[in-house]
Amino acid sequence: MKLSELIQNLNLSVRSAQENLEREVTGGYASDLLSDVLAHSREGDLWITLQVHQNIVAVASMKDLAGIILVNGREPEQETIEKAETEDIAIMVSELSAFELVGRLYGLGVTGMR
Amino acid sequence: MVLDNKISKIQELIYEISVGEVMKTNLVTVSPQTPMSQLREILRDKRISGTPVVEGDKLVGIISIEDFIKWLADREPDCPIREKMIKDVQTLYADEPLTQAVNKFEQFGFGRFAVVDHEDKRLLGIITKGTIVEGLLKKLEIDRYEEEEVYRRRIKHFFEDILADKVSLFFQYDVAGGDFSRGGEGAGRLKATLRRLGIAPQIVRRVAIATYEAEMNLIIYTDGGNIRVRVEPHEIFVSVRDSGPGIPDVEKALVPGYSTAPEWVRELGFGAGMGLDNIRKCATKMGLRSTVGKGTQLSIHISIEDGAKSETVGADSKPES
Repeated sequence: MKLSELIQNLNLSVRSAQENLEREVTGGYASDLLSDVLAHSREGDLWITLQVHQNIVAVASMKDLAGIILVNGREPEQETIEKAETEDIAIMVSELSAFELVGRLYGLGVTGMR
Repeated sequence: MVLDNKISKIQELIYEISVGEVMKTNLVTVSPQTPMSQLREILRDKRISGTPVVEGDKLVGIISIEDFIKWLADREPDCPIREKMIKDVQTLYADEPLTQAVNKFEQFGFGRFAVVDHEDKRLLGIITKGTIVEGLLKKLEIDRYEEEEVYRRRIKHFFEDILADKVSLFFQYDVAGGDFSRGGEGAGRLKATLRRLGIAPQIVRRVAIATYEAEMNLIIYTDGGNIRVRVEPHEIFVSVRDSGPGIPDVEKALVPGYSTAPEWVRELGFGAGMGLDNIRKCATKMGLRSTVGKGTQLSIHISIEDGAKSETVGADSKPES
């Protein structure tokens, strides 16, 4: 499923990389520990987190993730947005909690296993 | 400097690209018999501001929204488009260079030109300033992609082209302690460089993860240091050095989950005691030596040959059920 479809379905607000939303999402990973994401996420995963500082962009870029969704309506820091624009990483914001958001993503076919 | 380059690149392209390459070909046309009163719907439905008037496959005129507005303003009775269209149509040939089109737009101030076949004058398409911009952007994008491809291919054969008993490339990245804003910069640049070298993606990713973790360690725990990378045909070696404070108990530091990170670092999602463990999983061989007060040296060997099969991080350690 494409990022743009998820954005529409889940009413996500896009905060960076507006032009990179046709990317295919092949799975999902939820964690707030950066080392954990580095170790266990896979290329094409959508990352669900509450971390908003700029190092999330480096992690997403390092692992070639499809994008980052921030939960509980948490807004990315300005530096995070700037870095995400440079690295072309889509950051989206959801008003939902991580548990609820992951549940809905699963319902839309985004799973944690391949 | 950069700006000058870009302008000349576009000037070059304007001579290189033909009108036919950028014109819009899925055309909406009207017949000279179509009443003016229907024009509004046609323009609105197709979201266009003007259209060629065609009889058979011959171009007989062009009609635009300005002509329509004028007709409305004059409150004239309905009439066929034939009576209000511009008959003396300026056309462009599909095989002309784009520079001709640019000149004509400047000369006549029209919003669009019909493009016809050089020989039989058949209507082929339409060109507007919008289609020109779009065509140029597309061409620029293709050019950039091709340049990058050529570059990649060239550098891929780099090792093969060097005649020597031993070949290695060396890069160094300097890391400032405490500078979270630049976290991952060195690893990111190294990743891009290795990709350009044509190293397999799974190897590049392992090097990038290991280097990122090591870089964050320098930022979080030390006064700074450097990352030195040696690329050889069979192996990538990453050496990370700092000048203190050093690790009192190296054995303990290697235990997954053990961490000395302060609370604020943990809140950022770092310092979970998984960094060195991640590095170990990415590495074919890893070494850690440290002297308190002097500094730490971490060495990471990642073999290029056995790379694909030994990708432990992301493959084996993924919880499956």
